[in-house]
Amino acid sequence: MLDTELRTMIDEVKDGRMDRRGFIQRMLAFGLTAPMATQILAIGGVAMAEGPSVYKPTKRGGGGALKLLWWQGPTLLNPHFATGTKDQDGSRLFYEPLACWDPDGNMKLVLAAEIPSLQNGGLSADGMSVIWKLKPGVKWHDGKPFTADDVVFNWEYARDPTTATVTIGIHRDITVEKVDDLTVRIKFKKPTPFWADAFVGAPGSIIPKHLFGDYKGAKSREAPNNLSPVGTGPYKFVEFKPGDVIRGELNPDYHMPNRPHFDTIEMKGGGDAVSAARAVIQTGEYDFGWNIQVEDDVLLRLEKGGKGKTVYAVGGDTEFIALNFTDPNTEVDGERSSMKTKHPLLSDPAVRKALSMLVDREAVKKVIYGRAGRVTPNFLNGPEKFVSKNTSWEFSIEKAAKLLDDAGWKPGADGIREKDGKKLKLLYQTAINGPRQKTQAIVKQACQKAGIDVELKSVVASVFFSSDVANPDTYAKFYADLEMFQIPMSQPDPAQHMRRYHSRNVATKENKWQGVNFPRWVNKDYDAAIDGAEAETDLVKRAALYIKANDIMMQDIVFIPVMHRLKVEACANTLRPVVSGWANETDNLFDWYREATG
Amino acid sequence: MSQYVLRRLLIAVPSLLGISLVLYIVLALAPGDPFSELATNPNVPPEVAAALRAKFGLDDPIYLRYLHWLAAMVQGDWGFSFVSRMNVDTLILQRLPTTLYVIGSAQILALLIAIPVGVFAATRPYSIFDQIANTFAFIGFSLPTFFTGLLFILVFSITLDWLPFVYSSDIKATGIRWLFEQVRQAIMPVMVLGLFQAASMTRFVRSAMLDVIRLDYVTTARAKGLGQPRVIVKHAMRNAMIPVVTLVALQMPAVFGGAIVTEQIFRIPGIGSLLISSILSNDTPVVMAVTFVFACLVVLFNLIADILYGWLDPRISFR
Repeated sequence: MLDTELRTMIDEVKDGRMDRRGFIQRMLAFGLTAPMATQILAIGGVAMAEGPSVYKPTKRGGGGALKLLWWQGPTLLNPHFATGTKDQDGSRLFYEPLACWDPDGNMKLVLAAEIPSLQNGGLSADGMSVIWKLKPGVKWHDGKPFTADDVVFNWEYARDPTTATVTIGIHRDITVEKVDDLTVRIKFKKPTPFWADAFVGAPGSIIPKHLFGDYKGAKSREAPNNLSPVGTGPYKFVEFKPGDVIRGELNPDYHMPNRPHFDTIEMKGGGDAVSAARAVIQTGEYDFGWNIQVEDDVLLRLEKGGKGKTVYAVGGDTEFIALNFTDPNTEVDGERSSMKTKHPLLSDPAVRKALSMLVDREAVKKVIYGRAGRVTPNFLNGPEKFVSKNTSWEFSIEKAAKLLDDAGWKPGADGIREKDGKKLKLLYQTAINGPRQKTQAIVKQACQKAGIDVELKSVVASVFFSSDVANPDTYAKFYADLEMFQIPMSQPDPAQHMRRYHSRNVATKENKWQGVNFPRWVNKDYDAAIDGAEAETDLVKRAALYIKANDIMMQDIVFIPVMHRLKVEACANTLRPVVSGWANETDNLFDWYREATG
Repeated sequence: MSQYVLRRLLIAVPSLLGISLVLYIVLALAPGDPFSELATNPNVPPEVAAALRAKFGLDDPIYLRYLHWLAAMVQGDWGFSFVSRMNVDTLILQRLPTTLYVIGSAQILALLIAIPVGVFAATRPYSIFDQIANTFAFIGFSLPTFFTGLLFILVFSITLDWLPFVYSSDIKATGIRWLFEQVRQAIMPVMVLGLFQAASMTRFVRSAMLDVIRLDYVTTARAKGLGQPRVIVKHAMRNAMIPVVTLVALQMPAVFGGAIVTEQIFRIPGIGSLLISSILSNDTPVVMAVTFVFACLVVLFNLIADILYGWLDPRISFR
């Protein structure tokens, strides 16, 4: 369909000639799902509708204690210093952003009074600025009013390189100015289609100017409130022991009606995922367990007769095998995997295609991920509007073998294929982790049957994911032929995620391997699609560009998607959490409640 | 004696310096860095990660970083944790009470079991009691704590549902109830650790006692007509305790250092779990401080053991 037809319909909705429901029904007739239709409306410029709230309690408090178990405990409580999601989760108990993301990837208001749109004048047509209106009457936990000054201060604080925040990337290229006490304007340097980056979601949490104002820049570490947050959130800070426990209590002045539900909140850290699942699902000592990376059959066993269950959230995280486009075994100017080399085996498209056919994604799902994974032919797996429908995958050892035969890779005396004296031997590395190593074994077996010799290697995660320049085993150096892991997609927009593989971001010795394009893949069409999408303010066209970028990637077989992974959480039977695949677990905490009867 | 103590303390200074140097070099050469998570965080541009490294001095040469650390440490500045950006001493002091309570209780439990059982078994070698005690001791130190820990959890938390298996560092109840909860949650870890320690200590006490009990002066004491309890306690035990003191004194640093495995299993927020999480996140200042304190404690308790020798056996003089 039908770009023009769709566009006419969106215009009709905009002008009020067709109502939203009518539009969605017509979309359904075209075989789309309702959430997808809503998304299309949203990207077509019709004001984003806030997702319906599932919150039921009719009064504040009375929910008792909420006990959360994070098997990696938060170690600091300043959102601008949060190095991992665990720290963002901890800070988010007390600090709040202007808006957050609900489970469907819709925006939900927190400190903002309305979602900026073209209609309400919040968005400029050229994509160069956003105006946020703040909720009136919001107070910090110490009683001081929350105003536009606080928002502006957070921008100044975060963008100052001497403050050394991890949120600098979000704030560096924008300008934030106060319009009046309850209005701020964000200005961009170039047209920015995804304007909801700063001040949205857990990394966008806002800290108070009156307590941090004196601690901007080099003195940032000395702020007493780094350890005792004073926020605007539903819970007030009581106690914090890094890596161990965070405690909070109900905020009686909270700005959302009837919220929060729980009288106290506790976040306990430490231990491991399996015993966290046990403490929530089996014994019920805790209400909610974070990020339960446990094999599905273990969870199913715990769930039998237990006091809890697992809940899932769909995001865009893809577990993938990346192919090295440069030669890891030849040194050029003191650099392995140098851009001046070409991979002797993987530069043959037939080999890459055969490898893709040898990854049995269905088996990986069945044996390892179970309910926590979805089979996918795409690298970009969400939100729905950005997911390509043009791709497919198959697993066939015979077809892979035939492909290699046709390309001239003939089995040698030892059964391993070779061509021009080069043997099809590959080194396949990953981070140490049960499911990953099992996947490696499944892939290796299929490759062996097709005459490819695969050597497996696993590196401890703290080394593999480090930026340590001196270490040869980091994923960015990629001194192997294949490597498998996932890069979390942290926001419901693919820009940040897809930009990584632009040819200007190739990881090399020159940039101390800080570049994020680690497959060292260069494709002009891809670069053009990404550059096009980043400047495209027409959201329908922009989505099409990202889909195109994904398809180019899949056609070149830069990545072999292994599994679209869901977030897995353990949850007491009575608890009604709201967990989004597009946000941190605590991002929607204000909407959590407990059902009186299980 | 004060001269002896002073001399020993002075000798300790160069050895501690040597220990700290080795620790620092090992940590600096270890793979991984404290900002590994930044590398995969798309919000952090590479140059910011590089600036952070520079700010925390990670790009300086090792000897310079070591000298900075040493200078600060001498002035009582323990540095701050890269991960929580909190002062290291605050972090350690926060964890210390829990460690002392749990691990200390386990040590006391171990001593309370080991000394009477070991002494009693030695006075009646190869009796039924001795054989039973020996059997249990062998089983005790053959089973690692991570195994008994999980076993205890399965039996007492999951099957019987008597005890909690997640340790809470501050219980909200007050008075008797608080005490009750404190004891209740510590039962499993204390038992696991205490029984493990008791097993090896029992064997030690028994053999030390056996060595002494056959000496001529003990026979002389008996021949003078002293009662058995008096002979054992006053004459034999005092000398038998010398090697036991060594063992206990050398284990004291472990009380402060925490029991890494047990703390992990029961989620006890002690020094041990702080050390392991800091090692995993490459939080060098914390690892450095904890291990260095550990080294100081070893030196200190060695000295205390030496002083105790002199008190237990005046023939050992302070020179």
